[in-house]
Amino acid sequence: MSAKVLIVAEHDGSRLNQSTARCVSCAHALQGAEITVAVCAADAAAVAQQAAQLQGVARVITVENAANAHALAAVLAPQIVALAAPFSLVLGPSTTFGKDLMARVAALLGAPQVSDIMAIESATRFRRPIYAGNAILTVESSAGDKVVGTVRTASFEAAPAGPAAPIEKASVDVALPTHTRFISVSAAKTDRPDLQTAARVISGGRALGSADGFKILYSLADKLGAAVGASRAAVDAGYAPNEMQVGQTGKIIAPELYVAVGISGAIQHLTGIKDARTIVAINKDGEAPIFEVADIGLVGDLFQIIPEIERLI
Amino acid sequence: MKRILVGIKRVVDFNVRIRVKPDGSGVVTDGVKMSINPFDEIALEEALRIKERGLAEEVVVATVGPADCQPQLRTALAMGADRALHVQADGVIEPLTIARTLLKLVEREQPMLVILGKQAIDNDNGQTGQMLAALWNRPQATYASKLELSGESARVTREVDAGLETLEIDLPAVISTDLRLNEPRYVKLPDIMKAKKKPLDTLTLQALGVEPRQQLKLVRFEPPPQRQKGVRVKDAGELVEALKKKGLL
Repeated sequence: MSAKVLIVAEHDGSRLNQSTARCVSCAHALQGAEITVAVCAADAAAVAQQAAQLQGVARVITVENAANAHALAAVLAPQIVALAAPFSLVLGPSTTFGKDLMARVAALLGAPQVSDIMAIESATRFRRPIYAGNAILTVESSAGDKVVGTVRTASFEAAPAGPAAPIEKASVDVALPTHTRFISVSAAKTDRPDLQTAARVISGGRALGSADGFKILYSLADKLGAAVGASRAAVDAGYAPNEMQVGQTGKIIAPELYVAVGISGAIQHLTGIKDARTIVAINKDGEAPIFEVADIGLVGDLFQIIPEIERLI
Repeated sequence: MKRILVGIKRVVDFNVRIRVKPDGSGVVTDGVKMSINPFDEIALEEALRIKERGLAEEVVVATVGPADCQPQLRTALAMGADRALHVQADGVIEPLTIARTLLKLVEREQPMLVILGKQAIDNDNGQTGQMLAALWNRPQATYASKLELSGESARVTREVDAGLETLEIDLPAVISTDLRLNEPRYVKLPDIMKAKKKPLDTLTLQALGVEPRQQLKLVRFEPPPQRQKGVRVKDAGELVEALKKKGLL
């Protein structure tokens, strides 16, 4: 019996978030899975087009409603529930969008949720990190039970483009609450690559000393086409905005190249980077824990080393 | 009465180095320091501050778990909670069961707010708050870094991947806390003494009419794979060469 999988698309109204393509890869790991992507939006056309082109997607269903202009879990959850009946597995990304939404969906379905799926062994068997990644737990649901899951996006490559799948409009007849209202979202505009999807990331820690100190990282990042991240210590010190935070309580990322500059390597930071292909650590303290996970380590003064690297490349 | 219900969980202290049992049946918790889940401590601190600003009259802490959760409830009372509810439950209690139990407490206590941590640092599920809000059919504001109450509604700033999102929600509602909401106070010795006299009621799942369901079998616990030990280079030049050799530059 092939598993029927529903994936809840994450998007900003015009662009499909790459987290969705990673969920598709996760579902695709299930032999013979039949994958449907649900796009809830005010105007779903553009996002649905992008979802339909992901390899492995059999069908895209759209739910259009003005109330879906902003992703509010309380508004989206009953719509997902209305779509969920034929599916055995309902997945969303383990981003703040998916984590906020999927547990609400699970409760309405009376289904268990498997959070942060890092491997899918069968339609009922999943692996996930617990204790900030210090242990890996395998869980198993009962055959026939519907399961909700969030997909740890760093564990899966984004699904490539494939033949376009059909797009169908669904009309969902459920009462949507008005008790939750979107007011605003503030994010610093940046021309740099998105931290969560960038192939190269350079992150700074408290050793950068100030927001000004981060400038040498921005300069190197621009030359490398890299995104810039920060440790929690640097964010707490006000050197970098919150959305740049990498780690268990920030973003969990898996770039090809991760350069940790002046970051000691607290466990919660390492949790966020352990899937990076190559980790480079630059730190003046040769005993810093970051060197235990680094593929290439360099002990020295970052204020000399970073500009020198920039000159050499 | 204007009441805030705070959900707390007893977890392995965040400073403890986690070890998986050799037989894969769990992680070592014997003789290990246990604490209130740090995110729940932030939830309690926020509730106490709201009460101290005169916007709530009573702060009730609740936990669902075995008998040895009571020291953490006492700590919460010492921090300033007015009373504690301990719903005794043994074995594996899944988030959905916790949410159903909290819903029963919500029906009894009629809080204007339920505040809890965004996740517990042991199982890292991050589900309970959203599940309670769903079953209660009320708003949720997860990952809160700022909370402002005004009459029958609240403005909540949330830490989301894109930056900071602000929502307006009607009360009652469920809030889950992120790290930057506040810094919890330290417990003082006289407060620990006073906390011993505060009410701590013990309830059972059965008495509340909650049937615990375990829907996910815990098959195996394993230590995470270790990364291969890397190499040290001596200067920026060697670093750039090493990256070029790996095809990364």
